[in-house]
Amino acid sequence: MQQDDIMEQLLLDLFSKYPAGKKEGLIPILQEIQEEKGSLTGEILTAVAQHLELPVNKVYGVAAFYNQFLFRPHGAFHIQVCDGTGCHLGGSVSLLTAVEKFLKIKAGNTSRDGQFSLEAVPCMGACDQSPVISINGERYPRINEEELRKIIGVIKEKKV
Amino acid sequence: MTGSGTPKLTEFLVEKVVKNYSGIYDKSTAELLSRVRREKLSQPAIFIGMGSCGITAGADKTLKAVETYLTENKIKADIIKVGCMGLCSAEPLLDVQLPGKTRLSFANATAGKVDDLLNSVFHHTLPHDNILGQYRFHGHEEWPGITSLEELPFFGLQYRMVLKNTGIISPEDIHDYLARGGYKSLFKTVLNYTPEKVCEIVEQSELRGRAGGGYLTGRKWLVALETGSDQKYLICNADESDPGAYMDRTLLEGDPHRVIEGIAIAAYAIGAKKAYIYLRSDYKRAIVILRDAIRQARECGFLGENIFGSGFNLTVQISQGAGAFVCGEETALIASLEGGRGIPREKPPFPAEKGLLGRPTVVNNIETLANVPAILENGPAWFKAIGTKTSKGTKVICISGKGVRTGVVEVPMGTRLIDIVNTLAGGIKNGKQLKAVLLGGPSGVFVPPQDLETEIGFDTLQEIGAGIGIGGMVLLDEETCMVSLSKYFMEFLQKESCGKCIPCREGTKRMLEILEGITRRPREESSHETLERFKGVVQLENLAEVIRDTSLCGLGQNAPGPVLSSLKWFREEYEEHIFDRRCAAGVCHDLRTFFIDVDLCNGCNICQRKCPENAIIGTVKMPHFIIENKCTGCGICFDSCKFNAIYFK
Repeated sequence: MQQDDIMEQLLLDLFSKYPAGKKEGLIPILQEIQEEKGSLTGEILTAVAQHLELPVNKVYGVAAFYNQFLFRPHGAFHIQVCDGTGCHLGGSVSLLTAVEKFLKIKAGNTSRDGQFSLEAVPCMGACDQSPVISINGERYPRINEEELRKIIGVIKEKKV
Repeated sequence: MTGSGTPKLTEFLVEKVVKNYSGIYDKSTAELLSRVRREKLSQPAIFIGMGSCGITAGADKTLKAVETYLTENKIKADIIKVGCMGLCSAEPLLDVQLPGKTRLSFANATAGKVDDLLNSVFHHTLPHDNILGQYRFHGHEEWPGITSLEELPFFGLQYRMVLKNTGIISPEDIHDYLARGGYKSLFKTVLNYTPEKVCEIVEQSELRGRAGGGYLTGRKWLVALETGSDQKYLICNADESDPGAYMDRTLLEGDPHRVIEGIAIAAYAIGAKKAYIYLRSDYKRAIVILRDAIRQARECGFLGENIFGSGFNLTVQISQGAGAFVCGEETALIASLEGGRGIPREKPPFPAEKGLLGRPTVVNNIETLANVPAILENGPAWFKAIGTKTSKGTKVICISGKGVRTGVVEVPMGTRLIDIVNTLAGGIKNGKQLKAVLLGGPSGVFVPPQDLETEIGFDTLQEIGAGIGIGGMVLLDEETCMVSLSKYFMEFLQKESCGKCIPCREGTKRMLEILEGITRRPREESSHETLERFKGVVQLENLAEVIRDTSLCGLGQNAPGPVLSSLKWFREEYEEHIFDRRCAAGVCHDLRTFFIDVDLCNGCNICQRKCPENAIIGTVKMPHFIIENKCTGCGICFDSCKFNAIYFK
């Protein structure tokens, strides 16, 4: 129940910040909810649609179009493997396959216990340090399979 | 000196420096300026490159180590967080400047090395390693035997106008920018020139849009100015989401006020009261810096109501892209700002006539706008003197891939590609050979070594089929498989295609399928299938041409670039993949053929048990053998062999 209250408060705050009926506010609103909550749900989209006086399918269309919006939250440890040009040439593919094998999840998925999620992202803008991975925002440059195994081994130990 | 902490200094700088036309200062002002510019120091200053690239390389750990060192040794020194100076492969960068001496720069200064480095510098001796060079300051004692930074090959060819301050000044402190003549152009513009005059000056300078089309910026502004409307908008396009390029980020993290000043001048020129900066939401640090910079500029009166008492009002808003490659296209960007899906529309009407919310809107690339303050400061003739006949000014280029040095550089138009490869990047890593250069991101073109004499410029690059658009330059060595790389780009573009027009939506998918077919090992190798694959290649070329000619926006039109150019220059690689089922570079995993080295194999039997296709035969303690026809090239045996007895061709 408490979760719902927080959500409601967040929506109220956002709705006072972005005026009703102005659809320019749609993406910023969704971005802030995404940032706070980690993912979007049908109820949220309906509430946003009502506020902005838009059909829900339009709102859903926008949310589904952009990569930033998720309908399933990331895991407690969100691992991003950079697959930009620089990292691709630096061997990110074999790195990604190694993580997939190690965590037994595919890129773009979250493990069943909600601990790990894996994502291949197009360029983190650190091409000179390729290959780069990021775990919950912390970046690890010039990484190889061996090191990556170690890092993931460590976080597997301290599961939250 | 941070942010709004020193209102007196800010006021002084605004009154005495920004509003000073002549550029001649009295003695006390000059004295103060040299202190703000950190030419005259009362205590040592330590500069740490804290761009995203620096932080990835461990600059925050370096920062902590420096702080610990200073407290432990009770040394008083200023720590200044600067942006990236462009030499990203040498990050983390640490500069130390002692009072009266020149600024000394260290490369790869990781946290563990900080103690040794600082120890030797503070005892006025030179450390042995990690020295990159020293800045040349007039009237300062130089460190003996150290080359100055300008003499390094990485900086030798550069002409830094847009990136003049990045990596040198603190992006978090507006005083740094003001003390280097910042916002003077804006002051001069809004008080002395009419908007028409600004458009005229910029048109005379022949500044062309850095993003792709290469329109004359001044002319675009004039169209928007002359279109009557109650509201006009300026959009600064910093939505840089192609893998392998990060110029916009470097600029925003290193010198945000230059961009803001450029935006303010452009907004004045077209009569816009509202400006947007559209950038990737992933650029967290850039957003924080930019937000703070806008606040500081507003507090100084450079943004907001009645700027410099001229009656010109401007608000600047940061708008975060939600992660769509196509939003780099101007009409898609506008659609996204309006709260819709980022889908381009047909032009005309051009946004300069009918853009955001139906009002005249100018969308300029961030690099274009960053050129504007310098043009108004020095005049169009000065700007025209840089570059070639048809392309004026400089171009910021991001070098990545297999070069010895990688990073962001700024060169005058007319610089030859080969010089960038050999001098700035320092050739190819590990003594390998250069195979090709990819100009632009996933929709760029491959340039073979024989074409590298080409000069950078709008027309010259067009001749070899490339656009100046995205200043990414990826160096590829002999170990690169062109087919696999083209497939990788096609995969990216296919995912990012917005789905509006059929050539792009369907065409990229079909092209990807053909490329996948070429790089995949067929289940059954009959002559018929080989023929089908070859037909695929012929169609690949046709398909690519159709997509290029009929797509609606730049994404689709440029999508076949890598495929067409690699087919042109590296056709034999495609043929090798199709007929010989071989990938010479060994990148296409499915095409690998595995063999067992009989001398190394001791018959442990692990590979035989693990092989999912039962393609390995042999008895225990005897060398094993792989049946070529059964092997699917999965590589499981290769991974599981503990004796390195399995190799592939």
